[in-house]
Amino acid sequence: MSGRKACIVGVGETEYARWGKIGDVTEHALACQAIQRAVTDAGLSMQDVDGLASFAEDRNEATFLAAELGLPSLRFANMVWLPGGGGGCAAVGNAAMAVETGQAEVVVVYRSLCQGQFFRFGTGGVDASAPPDPAPPTVQPANSLMLASMGFAMPYGLLMAAAAYALPTRRHMHLYGTRPEHLGLLAVTFREHASRNPRAVMGKKPMTLDDYYASPMIADPHRLFDCCLESDGACAVVVTTEERARDLSRRPVEILASEQGAPQGYAFGPFTNANVADEIYATGGTEEMANRLWGKAGLKPSDVDVAQIYDHFTGCVLMQIEDYGFCARGEGGPFIESGALSWKDGTLPTNTHGGSLSEAYIHGLNHVVEGVRSLRGESTSPVEGAEVCLVTSGACVPSSALVLGRK
Amino acid sequence: MSERFFPDGMPQPLADTTSLPFWEAAAEHRLVVQRCQDCGRTRLPPSPVCSECQSDRADWQEVSGLGEVYSFTIVHRPLAADQSLPFVIAVISLEGSGGLRMISNVVGIEPEAVEIAMPGELIWEDMSETLAIPRFRPRS
Ligand SMILES: [Zn+2]
Repeated sequence: MSGRKACIVGVGETEYARWGKIGDVTEHALACQAIQRAVTDAGLSMQDVDGLASFAEDRNEATFLAAELGLPSLRFANMVWLPGGGGGCAAVGNAAMAVETGQAEVVVVYRSLCQGQFFRFGTGGVDASAPPDPAPPTVQPANSLMLASMGFAMPYGLLMAAAAYALPTRRHMHLYGTRPEHLGLLAVTFREHASRNPRAVMGKKPMTLDDYYASPMIADPHRLFDCCLESDGACAVVVTTEERARDLSRRPVEILASEQGAPQGYAFGPFTNANVADEIYATGGTEEMANRLWGKAGLKPSDVDVAQIYDHFTGCVLMQIEDYGFCARGEGGPFIESGALSWKDGTLPTNTHGGSLSEAYIHGLNHVVEGVRSLRGESTSPVEGAEVCLVTSGACVPSSALVLGRK
Repeated sequence: MSERFFPDGMPQPLADTTSLPFWEAAAEHRLVVQRCQDCGRTRLPPSPVCSECQSDRADWQEVSGLGEVYSFTIVHRPLAADQSLPFVIAVISLEGSGGLRMISNVVGIEPEAVEIAMPGELIWEDMSETLAIPRFRPRS
């Protein structure tokens, strides 16, 4: 398969906005726009695209987008099953497998989200102000495997992600002495990175540690500023072969390794995984996958120049840092306190775009976009000479990850 | 009817034929876990097969209702109108269950006083004639 090694050759995005701010453009129109921009960035045309991939129960089916965009032939249409943001890197990994095996030549991975037009993830879909059903409460039929599992979380009020992901984080604090200050420093660091990024929804809203402590408690230890944004927007990346990339204008970014992983019993993460092994409960659940990833890439954590780590909640970033081997288990707090994640002097500049906490919440595909920009030297918080970038997807649920390399 | 901690409008349990027996037992104030009839391994939430031995033969074992807090969060946002805030969602390790944990609530204590490893005991909250929810309070 000489010359078929997968590369990312284009990235693109729409405007990013606070949830509900994009009301006059449909979610699939945003998907089309992001795909167009990524294909243009690659120096390709829609006539070249023969594959589409997405994740996170994307409402914008590849078959309809292919028709709207006029793809001559859709040879690869793929949807990842990992829950929500766990699948962003996997979608890119699947695109890479498709081009490396010859299933397709040019695959665009996309994610479009208009929380304002559907429902706000932060609420778990519940409207607490609605008048209660006059019928007496009783057991209702679960019409899906997901709902049957959630049936053991919902009656206790466990529907908000901010509450679910607080559970492993709280135990991490109990076991290792992780403190609210560690979580706060992480949020402040990513906000600082966003201040240079014109795309960042929170780019003009600086945050101090005092601001962090002043933000309202949502689900202890999660304050508002521990939680990712809820956004409207879309982004896309273009994957093709190394051979094809040679003829294109952009410096290709090589996909050195991709992995998916769900530890035994992990299902829908902290909504349903109360019975996973004690050793992995207070982790991101990605340690075993991370070891496979480093093995496949032939690299180790210290080889990473810049990282884009999925940040749905601060504690999940801290636990991933341990999972991926950047520090020992339980040392995530002191690692953050050392300034390691800060641009530009930290040992592991992380979320140079501001992440989901401060750029936008596009289910982490925007982390892949930033990973590409950071290796092209186009990040607004550039890490000079960066050659290796780790990108991760949503952890504390079944997850996926990529190692990207500068060609 | 029992003491009430949560309003009627809380999200209701959803069940399929695999998990419904849990809620039928709950309505009779029995906390049960599923147990494999071949290898004896217990499991929760219920599932059609044993993840240990793949057997589909299972029965239901009643547990004591004693447990301890494995992790928890103090939630400041309501799920339903007139819900008292904040409230505690916890993962509870269940004694005599074969090492199982379950998601539940800790009630009858100031939320700020809840801590990991705190011993708890089962308390049933009757939401209606047909629905009882297992919650936990500090062990007396
Ligand atoms: Zn068995």
